[in-house]
Amino acid sequence: MSAAASTTDTAAPRPLHRRRRIHPKQRFGRIVLHAIVTVACLVWFTPILQLLAAALRTNPDTAASGWWNIFVDPLITLDNFAAAATVMRLGSTVPATLAMSIPAVILTVLLAAYGGHALSRWDFRGKGIVYAALVGLMVVPPQVTLAPLVQLFSAVGLTGNPAAVWLWSLGFTLPFGVFLMRGYMASLPEELIEAAKVDGASELRVFFQIILPLSAPILASLGILQFLWTWNDLLTPLIFVGPASANAPITLQLANLLQSQSGGATNLLSAGSLIAVLVPLIVIVSLQRYFVAGITAGAVKG
Amino acid sequence: MLIVPFLLGTVVIPAVVIIFTTAGERLLVRFSPTTQRRIRPWFWLAPIIIVVGVILLYPIVSSVMLAFAGPDGTGNVGFDNFAWAFGESMRPLLLNNIIWLVLLPAALVVLGIVLAVLIDRVRYEAVARVILVLPTAISFVAASVTWRALYAYAPEGRTQLGLFNALRQLVGLEPVPWIARPPSDAQWLNTVALVVVAAWAGLGIALLVLSAAVKAVPTELLEAARLDGANEFRAFWNVTLPAIWPSVLTVLTTQIIAAIKIFDVVYVMTNGNNGTNVVANQMYGELFNRPEQLGHAAAIAIVLLVVATPIIWFNIRSVRQQGTL
Repeated sequence: MSAAASTTDTAAPRPLHRRRRIHPKQRFGRIVLHAIVTVACLVWFTPILQLLAAALRTNPDTAASGWWNIFVDPLITLDNFAAAATVMRLGSTVPATLAMSIPAVILTVLLAAYGGHALSRWDFRGKGIVYAALVGLMVVPPQVTLAPLVQLFSAVGLTGNPAAVWLWSLGFTLPFGVFLMRGYMASLPEELIEAAKVDGASELRVFFQIILPLSAPILASLGILQFLWTWNDLLTPLIFVGPASANAPITLQLANLLQSQSGGATNLLSAGSLIAVLVPLIVIVSLQRYFVAGITAGAVKG
Repeated sequence: MLIVPFLLGTVVIPAVVIIFTTAGERLLVRFSPTTQRRIRPWFWLAPIIIVVGVILLYPIVSSVMLAFAGPDGTGNVGFDNFAWAFGESMRPLLLNNIIWLVLLPAALVVLGIVLAVLIDRVRYEAVARVILVLPTAISFVAASVTWRALYAYAPEGRTQLGLFNALRQLVGLEPVPWIARPPSDAQWLNTVALVVVAAWAGLGIALLVLSAAVKAVPTELLEAARLDGANEFRAFWNVTLPAIWPSVLTVLTTQIIAAIKIFDVVYVMTNGNNGTNVVANQMYGELFNRPEQLGHAAAIAIVLLVVATPIIWFNIRSVRQQGTL
């Protein structure tokens, strides 16, 4: 995507002299600045705060008053989490979600690294076409693939199988992944590879012992992005696995629960939402550095 | 049962791919260096070409064919399926997609630029950024859970459990059914309320991309503009904005694609009711409830693809301009 140019920018350290001294006449401007930033943060945090508050409140409380009353009259319960875990059948939902997301991550990272390596290291006839095709395919709307794949997957018996989901996620993310890898690997120092070749290393050795370790940050960010996309995806499992399947992943279970409760059960749903976002949240917070690097380096696929 | 697809994807296929390239390399070294150079890349690209061929290329071609075929996927009905896709029943959906297409990218670009520039100037930038990016980790489904509660509506006189209507009540305004306005009312505002949810969830990514671009603007240029007497707004307009323009375009194209394919928020929050239906949700309905009507779903898909084509072209062109092609 067009953010390829910013790949190098992201690594640039922030200049220390950026913050300027404040003139008194600029005080009004500073107040407006803080007001806008603070209000934006408040607005953006409120829905999450509501999720937390509603998940901790009791059902009678929620039926009687708005969630903000938890700050006035804090009556807290963990029952909602227990109930949500049962209703969402976490015992089978979490393994099913992992059986979709982990293979998607491993295969996407491996194949994208192959493609990035081939397109950044070697010149060959047809390279331009392959690359242009991948860049074009990066923004194909997923819906285009659904009708034919529903037929294909049911013909080969993949319907309802987590493999249908990870296979689709792999194919759909690969163009973006290869694009991301190519950009990063093209910036690796050529001398290292040449030196290894002089020492008689094979192409495979060069790839697995030099290219891959050097590309670890970008591999990590692609892996994180793909994990989040697969874990949070609704449309693909809905189509290929089905809403009532025993293999329904956690996002689909939450959507089922939401649709079965017209308007009510806010507590249960909030607890379910928090359970569903727990893993992605841990991943983002603990691997934030790589997540940010990847997202800014390659922008994001559609 | 789950262990089979899990091991297939984590162990078996990766092993097969690695064995395939290893064997390929063994074979290749027997050839002349020129032949090696010509063939080697295709060995490494083969697994990708196979997967992308099956998951993306074949379906695109097949969708085009299905879109011209009769209900059972055979024969040729000409443009009947497209006539249906642009017909009376689909027109309100296409209009809703246009609302999404205009509002979501515009909102995220404007909010993203403003906040990226502003949080760059406050001391608590790290905290502000984490808060604004937090919704990114959340699925659209979970986002819909919390926003449906924020939008909750009760008739006037009852206790308002939704925050927005409680605030309206506080200042003496009557409650609004944010995502459930009746047909007699301006129903397009229901769609706007859904766009707000997607904007809340999507700001994080736009902000990260734009924030990185803002930080990369050379401070010297800004200082020079200020010395020339430019105020903060002029400095932003003449220096910052041109410098971050490529990233703005990235956010714009990404969000246009997101708007074209928008599904989750609509499916979960209203299921397309109250005049909020969009093309992708209808397509899911056609696929799931009327699998005998594959032609309809395929025609919708082709319409989506045609709408996305300018972006595809734009992407290839901008990559070409950067000299990487």
